[in-house]
Amino acid sequence: MEFLVASAIAVMTAAGVYLLLRLRTFPVVLGLGLLTYAVNVFLFATGRLVVHAPAVIGAAGGTYADPLPQALVLTAIVISFGMTAVIVVMALRAWFECGSDQIDLHEGGDAPLRERE
Amino acid sequence: MNALVVAPVAVPLITLILCILLRPRHRLVATVSVAGAMALLLVGLQVLALAAGDVVLAGQLGGWQAPFGITVVIDRLGAAMVAITGVIGLGTVLYGLAREGDPAVARDFHLFIHGLLAGVCGAFITADVFNLYVWFEVLLIGSFALIALGGGKRRLAGTLTYLVLNLLATLLFLLAAGLVYGSTGTLNMGELALLFRAGEASSAATLAVVLMLLSFSIKAALFPVFGWLPASYHVAWTPVSALFAGLLTKVGVYALIRIVTLLWPEYGAVHEVLLWVACATMLVGVLGAAAQTEVRRILSFHIVSQVGYMILGLALAAPLAIAGAVFYLIHHIIVKANLFFIGGLAARLTGSERLAAMGGLYAKVPLLALLFAIPALSLAGIPPLSGFWAKFALVKASLADGFWWAAGVALLTGIFTLLSMSKIWNEAFLKAHPQGEAAIRPLRDARWAWVTVTALAAMTVAIGFGAGPVMDYAIAAAAQLAEPTAYFRALDGAGGQ
Repeated sequence: MEFLVASAIAVMTAAGVYLLLRLRTFPVVLGLGLLTYAVNVFLFATGRLVVHAPAVIGAAGGTYADPLPQALVLTAIVISFGMTAVIVVMALRAWFECGSDQIDLHEGGDAPLRERE
Repeated sequence: MNALVVAPVAVPLITLILCILLRPRHRLVATVSVAGAMALLLVGLQVLALAAGDVVLAGQLGGWQAPFGITVVIDRLGAAMVAITGVIGLGTVLYGLAREGDPAVARDFHLFIHGLLAGVCGAFITADVFNLYVWFEVLLIGSFALIALGGGKRRLAGTLTYLVLNLLATLLFLLAAGLVYGSTGTLNMGELALLFRAGEASSAATLAVVLMLLSFSIKAALFPVFGWLPASYHVAWTPVSALFAGLLTKVGVYALIRIVTLLWPEYGAVHEVLLWVACATMLVGVLGAAAQTEVRRILSFHIVSQVGYMILGLALAAPLAIAGAVFYLIHHIIVKANLFFIGGLAARLTGSERLAAMGGLYAKVPLLALLFAIPALSLAGIPPLSGFWAKFALVKASLADGFWWAAGVALLTGIFTLLSMSKIWNEAFLKAHPQGEAAIRPLRDARWAWVTVTALAAMTVAIGFGAGPVMDYAIAAAAQLAEPTAYFRALDGAGGQ
């Protein structure tokens, strides 16, 4: 199971990084989403992978799943959901106003220079 | 638990909720917003007074014992940061009262700014790694909304850059927080400090913390990960970019100072890397500024170079150096925000932000020239203004530790800073306006903006002439950072009972 989870995280990270580097808003939004998933699954795994165990320590002890990473992941999911909504809204606004879906450090910077000439 | 310990977060949150409820009534929103910012400043001053009397506020949120619950600690550094947030928050809100453009934009500005302030204050008081991540996200959401405020082509393009790179940095932080938990089993900063100071941290834990420092470095705009800052800060509305310039990168700097001093009080490998990064940041930032021709772009690059000074102090690890970094942080937030405010006023007066199209301000508005000269000279480190003392402490500390080249870079950066400030001075103030004197339009509704920039300039002068008490405070803050007993005491409460 470790291999399965690890490779799933790897594939999502690789796909996320690739999409981010496309520097167009739609792939970047998807890429950020995939990276978020990868980080969330990874967070989940930091509590060690346990199957068929409750997230509470029973009276008799025994195996249990670490509840803290689950709480962290829940928080992270809620936050990333909100963030995705924000970035989609911004990307749409930018697309409607600029007519371009490029994300570029220099595009924004040089715009006033070209306007002047 | 003392209610004052959560007040820095509670006050802006309550203000935010009130502003949302009163949304349809613009005037009332502005009034509530100003009142909320004043309340935050009062809380900050109260916390500062307590910290100066060596009271360290600490508490457990929800009554859960450390290390299971979230610990909040306000020590000298945290108190100073909360107080300065109050100052800049109030200044920004007052500056934003000037009615230019769309009234709905001005109203939304008041809404989001308190969300942002809550996130910033939360980051300054928390003693829990994951909680720090949450506050970072809170301030990020506020900053996304603020930077895009008003819309427009150029602004939205800059916003997207800012948004994607900051989200990436935050994801990196989340990943690092997970790694820290996985390798040490704790997220409490005090417990982490005990582990690292005892030398019991595994190499995986060290790597995890280094990854965390990388994400803070992106937030603080250190070399080589500063590219997003000069690409985005100049696009926002003036009060917004002043708030960002003053406060937001400093949250990253604060997090770096907090984590590095907690985990590695002695000079070590991390400090050595930081030292090189600091010198590169100073030089690259100031050289980048030399190539710019717009007021706010020049100032944005100077944020980068100035952050280098603070990291230099952190990297040297000596008590005087850390004190210098704390002093620098306090001085810089005021000066930099003020320069952005003044740059905004100058741009409104002359009708442009490009240096080539500005001019004539010295003849027409000499008061603004004077107000610009104070923070500009302070930024370059001219005595007796506040920047001189901050730089003096850092240069002295680097010479004392034998890092003469770091001192050299710091001084050289000071000279370049002066050059770039004189460039703005010559172009925007001394030279005649290219379209004649009539092109300088008088400002309407700018009363509060003038109050803000005058008050901030007065603070810069006051810190310069009253450097003694401020430096004493910074030295005591550095001593507290070296011995963070409050962080350890929070843990004791959990152990025994």
